[in-house]
Amino acid sequence: MSDATHWSIFVNAALINNFVLAYFLGLCPFMGVSAKLSTALRMGGAVTFVMLVASTCAYWLNQLLLVLDVTYLRLISYVLVIASTVQLVEMLLRKLSPASFRALGIFLPLITTNCAILGLALFQTNRGYGFSQCIAFALGAAAGFTLALVLMAGVREKLDLVPVPEVVRGASAALIVAGILSLSFMGFAGLGS
Amino acid sequence: MSNPSTDDFVRGLWRQNPVFVQLLGLCPALAVSNSAINSLTMGLATSFVLLASGLVISSIRSWVPADVRIVTYICIIASFVTCVDFTIKAISLELHKSLGAFISLIVVNCLILGRAESFASRNTPVRAVLDALGMGAGFTVSLLLIGSVREILGSGTLFGMAVLPAGFQTWTVMILPSGGFFVLALWLLIINRWQQAAERTGSPAAEGAGK
Repeated sequence: MSDATHWSIFVNAALINNFVLAYFLGLCPFMGVSAKLSTALRMGGAVTFVMLVASTCAYWLNQLLLVLDVTYLRLISYVLVIASTVQLVEMLLRKLSPASFRALGIFLPLITTNCAILGLALFQTNRGYGFSQCIAFALGAAAGFTLALVLMAGVREKLDLVPVPEVVRGASAALIVAGILSLSFMGFAGLGS
Repeated sequence: MSNPSTDDFVRGLWRQNPVFVQLLGLCPALAVSNSAINSLTMGLATSFVLLASGLVISSIRSWVPADVRIVTYICIIASFVTCVDFTIKAISLELHKSLGAFISLIVVNCLILGRAESFASRNTPVRAVLDALGMGAGFTVSLLLIGSVREILGSGTLFGMAVLPAGFQTWTVMILPSGGFFVLALWLLIINRWQQAAERTGSPAAEGAGK
């Protein structure tokens, strides 16, 4: 078991090694959903929930795989667990809160192919986190993802109002903004141990 | 472009290039492209998974019920990725370490599931293989283009060999994560610019490229 404190794991995942800006995980929703602030917040909420559930499941699943000595099945079983978790969340949300289900729309099923979720499960296994450390890691990663998404959405809403040369419009402008955001997040590097 | 089988192959290389035109599979494209050798490994690994899963999925396409098709595809893809993971580990432990979890993350590369769903599941194995080869080649070339620029400017080397004079001040930012964003943005700019110029002169190269 890794001996990092919960707080340092949280800060590390949220700021220093931000999933989106340092590991490039979850770039598809980052580029796709960050055009408006309100959708960015909703997406952040959904990802936070799925990350928590997936992290918990992946931890216990890994213990089971270790007991049975079939660790080569790790990747397949993680992917299946994440796919079924997302499906479950989708069904629950449709029953319990149809309004937020409609608001999230297509973004919900797409979380399955969000590499941030699988990345989270793989990283926590590689680093040998204990159960409570996994939860701290999931919370940190989700906070980092939401933060990056919201910051990006804020900048892009303003970017729509300024005259940008036509060649730069669209994807390249978004990528340049992401690069600058990533650079500024490097300033957090001194926070960690 | 009249021959359909040539078109299956060429489409992935340029007109529907996965990284530069469709913006698919960006996570691995940026995360491991800090050196040319990493880019090449990642490109080849992804191409292999694309090819193998495309072949299997198009062969069994008539037996897979529509309700469980995505899960089936993911299982097939995950099996091949596990193979690739162990193969790279056996060939070079050092390379495996520098790519880290990103080899396993090929599973969730939207490019692979996207091609499985939109092409391999609807076409014959031969066409699926051609399409996978084209997409794989397009992905590898794009990764190499990004990786080479980042390695040359960031470390002054290409495939580990020094290419710039010793006095060159390396641009550390290029091997940092933000360098990935900047270099991809730069390539998109160049391609946009080129397409606009082509459209203005009415060149056939622009046809269908502005997807």
